[in-house]
Amino acid sequence: MQKKIICIVCPRGCHITAEKTDNGILVQGNACKRGYDFAVLEITAPRRSLTTTVRTIFPQFPVLPVRTDTELPKELLSDAMRIIDNILVDEKVRMHDIIIKDILGTGCNIIASSDLPDLTIERENR
Amino acid sequence: MIQQFENTYDVTVIGGGPAGLAAAVSAWEVGAKTLLVEREEKLGGILKQCIHDGFGLLMFKQKLTGPEYAQYYIEMLKNTDVNITCSTFVTDINRQDDGIFHLILVTHHGIKHIYTKAIVLATGCRERSAKQIFIHGTRPAGILTAGTAQYYVNILGQMPVKKCVILGSGDIGLIMARRLTLEGAEVEGVYEAKKELGGLLRNYSQCLMDFNIPLHTQTTVTRVFGEKRVSAVEVCSVDENMSRINGSERIIECDSLILSVGLIPENELAEKMNITLDAETKGPAADQCYQTMKDGIFVCGNAFHVNDLVDYVSSGARIAGKCAAKYKKRERRLIPVIHDEKFAYCVPQLIDIDSDQKKADIYFRTKQKEEDKHVTVTSGDNILIAKKYIEMRPSELEHIQIDIDKIEYGNDKIHVKMGKVE
Repeated sequence: MQKKIICIVCPRGCHITAEKTDNGILVQGNACKRGYDFAVLEITAPRRSLTTTVRTIFPQFPVLPVRTDTELPKELLSDAMRIIDNILVDEKVRMHDIIIKDILGTGCNIIASSDLPDLTIERENR
Repeated sequence: MIQQFENTYDVTVIGGGPAGLAAAVSAWEVGAKTLLVEREEKLGGILKQCIHDGFGLLMFKQKLTGPEYAQYYIEMLKNTDVNITCSTFVTDINRQDDGIFHLILVTHHGIKHIYTKAIVLATGCRERSAKQIFIHGTRPAGILTAGTAQYYVNILGQMPVKKCVILGSGDIGLIMARRLTLEGAEVEGVYEAKKELGGLLRNYSQCLMDFNIPLHTQTTVTRVFGEKRVSAVEVCSVDENMSRINGSERIIECDSLILSVGLIPENELAEKMNITLDAETKGPAADQCYQTMKDGIFVCGNAFHVNDLVDYVSSGARIAGKCAAKYKKRERRLIPVIHDEKFAYCVPQLIDIDSDQKKADIYFRTKQKEEDKHVTVTSGDNILIAKKYIEMRPSELEHIQIDIDKIEYGNDKIHVKMGKVE
């Protein structure tokens, strides 16, 4: 069956069709190789990056933005959210530090999208 | 973040979001003594709350989140001697007889007087609010802009809604539909009065389609119900002229209405200084050096015109910062850039043909979706550049580069035209 896909690799948003045929997967409408790869994944095992936040103990910085370092199988996004909801960060973090290692056994890590500054120091400087 | 600062500068950048950060770094790189003024406590502007990814594909060749993109620039800035003052407001700007600007700042350390040769306005934009779209009904809690909802969820870590309706299909609205769904809220649907999606197609795909959130085009919210808190909204189909189609009304129970109905450049300071604004972009008119009609005042980022990619903001702001650093008072010979009515707008609005900024990126947006069209930029009979576009959409900013040396002075206008591909 032919599947219509809007490519999410770049802002261009190509309209791609992908179809499983006897000779493999037929992809049309992509403007680049990355679009081809995306379409193939999309009809075999779609994956998405996940961006969200985790709670911290710091009232001045109540949540820390985090993201996946690779991509998760699309159907696991809500399971991943539930695990991330239960995390509480209680120390200084640097951008790209691992917050959750190998979430759901996918090999994908949840990493910090920004520094969580040492808040005691910043306050003294005021 | 607060440093002791002196009171005379070559360049003062107002606003510490992506535009201001890039402008300050590039002004410093060409040797200007630079001050960066930010009204919030932290640098980064709106990027701080844009925790989704997709930033930096052009600038850093990576798919970054907003906070990462901001942090990369903040780290660049920390390797410079740019003076930074956060939690600081510019309350007044005056130009002295000697051409130097006098700025009054309100800071944690009281009022400061700053003297600067050039100013870069990087004050960003604001969201159009409920008051600007005229919806009938009561005014309960629970009506908020998409950016405010984003601030609650991503910065404060609080959920402002349980079940919501989103009006407007701009990018922040689509992003928030996904964000609120992931955090456990119900997004009943996204409603768009126009025929076309307001945001990028990829956001429609990954934010709405992935989560089975319906998009209702040519439908708008016509009434809000609720006393203390929103209890329901009325939606209604509209025709091409945006007039409501009677009998198509439908009531949706919800506890909030989220608005993603457009952004307008923030130009309080520009208006105060009587800088000529462009009615189409709602920002100041400027030349290819990002200099406004007032000598010595530059503008970049969303204060100039609303961009859809931060990468465009950074690259434009780099030019603005560099040109502000090199600014010397001289007569500018400015040629207006005009466009066909098929374009919603076109920037820069002016070309300074004596400038050493010899390449100019013309950015434009179409009014409607256009397919298989040529865009041609001409000066008199001279074709400066022509480019074929398979598809152009109002939500997607396009750009085309022209060579200033090809322009003959005497041709009083540069014309951006659209035509069919033969």
